[in-house]
Amino acid sequence: MSLLEARQLRVDVGDRTVVGHLDLQLAPGERLAILGRNGAGKSTLLATLAGLRPPASGAVLLGGEDANLLPARQAALRRAWLGQFQTDPFGSTVLETALTGRHPHLGRWDWESPRDAELARGALAAVGLNGMEARAVQTLSGGERQRLAIATLLTQAAPLYLLDEPLSHLDLNHQMAVLELFAGAARDCGAGVAMVLHDPALAHRFCDRVLLVFGDGRTEQGAADELLTADWLAELYGYRLRQIEDGGRRCFIPE
Amino acid sequence: MPTRRRAVLILAALALLALGSIATALMVGSFQVAPADVLAALLGKEGSGGEVVIELRLPRAIAGFACGGLLALAGALMQVLLRNPLADPYVLGISGGAGVGAMFAILLGLPLLGIDGLAFAGALGAMFIVFGLAHGDGSWTQTRLLLTGVIVAAGCGALVALMLAIAEEHKLRGMLFWLMGDLGQSTAWWPPLLVLVVGLTLAMPFARELNLLSRGLMQAQALGVAVDRLRYAIYLLASLATAASVTTAGSIGFVGLVVPHLVRLAAGNDQRLLLPASVLAGGSLLVLADTAARTLIAPQQLPVGVLTALIGVPVFLFLLSRQPR
Repeated sequence: MSLLEARQLRVDVGDRTVVGHLDLQLAPGERLAILGRNGAGKSTLLATLAGLRPPASGAVLLGGEDANLLPARQAALRRAWLGQFQTDPFGSTVLETALTGRHPHLGRWDWESPRDAELARGALAAVGLNGMEARAVQTLSGGERQRLAIATLLTQAAPLYLLDEPLSHLDLNHQMAVLELFAGAARDCGAGVAMVLHDPALAHRFCDRVLLVFGDGRTEQGAADELLTADWLAELYGYRLRQIEDGGRRCFIPE
Repeated sequence: MPTRRRAVLILAALALLALGSIATALMVGSFQVAPADVLAALLGKEGSGGEVVIELRLPRAIAGFACGGLLALAGALMQVLLRNPLADPYVLGISGGAGVGAMFAILLGLPLLGIDGLAFAGALGAMFIVFGLAHGDGSWTQTRLLLTGVIVAAGCGALVALMLAIAEEHKLRGMLFWLMGDLGQSTAWWPPLLVLVVGLTLAMPFARELNLLSRGLMQAQALGVAVDRLRYAIYLLASLATAASVTTAGSIGFVGLVVPHLVRLAAGNDQRLLLPASVLAGGSLLVLADTAARTLIAPQQLPVGVLTALIGVPVFLFLLSRQPR
């Protein structure tokens, strides 16, 4: 059964249709990259796929059930969503923040157990934040905050990851580490990963499939090899690119 | 990591503080009652000052504790709802609405019960106006809610000023005391206490969800919180808590703003601890402030709201200045 399915999905931003009639399936172990221009509706689409926003028409199924009818907690056990903005007006520690990922797993009166703390520490170590458990979130840099958000997602331990620009604020080494991390989750744990990316080369290297969002309702999906070409990308971004192949990897240089 | 054990210890300490503050309120006043006599009076035995303790000081102390607790609870909830550390129970205009109702009642020369009734009606009126306007197109974002509340509060303030301006001289003192917050006029101690117990009981099961809500709406929903329903519930609960307190004791300032921050600074921002701890600390603070208000220049009484503000302003400024950047 697919982790995520969109049926004839239409997504509107204001009164503009950004995605029309999208049919999409994501099976365990699959990695999908979502690419498009700024404002093309990628984030809105991702939030709709996560069930955080009702679709204009059509349906989103999470693990076979309609995301709109699924109680919030059930949905949180089926998918983890990484947003673009994290704010915390009251402050908390790194460990407390990572522990929020355990919320859907805990009963109403439960407190986080030592096992939950262990999971959270493990997730922090996986993104290289070990030893920073007691730090106040406000003292973290942008990249560290982004990694903390990813650690929270790992703590949530859902089978489907929906990532909105997971690489923002990250330096090169952490970009690769984060992509390797989710590639590993897909390979070893059968997780499904859909992520909004802005680098076609990284999308080609780390994803099997690609969804191009043109922003006028049109979308195109297919294998990364077929869609991540200079021609398609030139049409998508409205800018000419030169494609360079290097041992199975692709790289694109703006003309 | 937040643990239940630590929370229970902190709450036990605060419960002792609450008991201590109420004991102080029973002993101290325009004349002192010895601890032994207070105990005797509470146990129903005859003793010197027994009547004062049972009939005057005890109901007033309980009403004060309940109002302080309600304000602190409402403040903590509003700060989460609006995700704004500067939010307090009055920011959405509920005390303004109650003020309009109360001033109108005093202007008409209604008895105490009428003042309470109109104050409560005014509070509910303001609550529904703000909700209706902010909810208008279904979005009711924090900013929209905050702006609507502030505007409605400003409108209520103008109406109150208008009524103060046209009121007869002998009614002005009562009106001013009501506006500054005064426990001397409270008619019954049990309604605020009941609302406090029910409110805290309703809020506690959702405390962990409130933790998530303070981190952002989408974030909370993604982690499994039914955000829309929770926000309606908090708005209603915080508003009713504020209305109950304002109806009983007028608009006592600063308890609802400062107490949650004090607790947050001392014990962290976990709502599972913050909510009950704020209730205990807010109640204790108001009881102590009220005891001071009726003792400092006895037999004259000060409105307790003046004292909470006098204590609250420097404490809050101190907290702000030492907050880590």
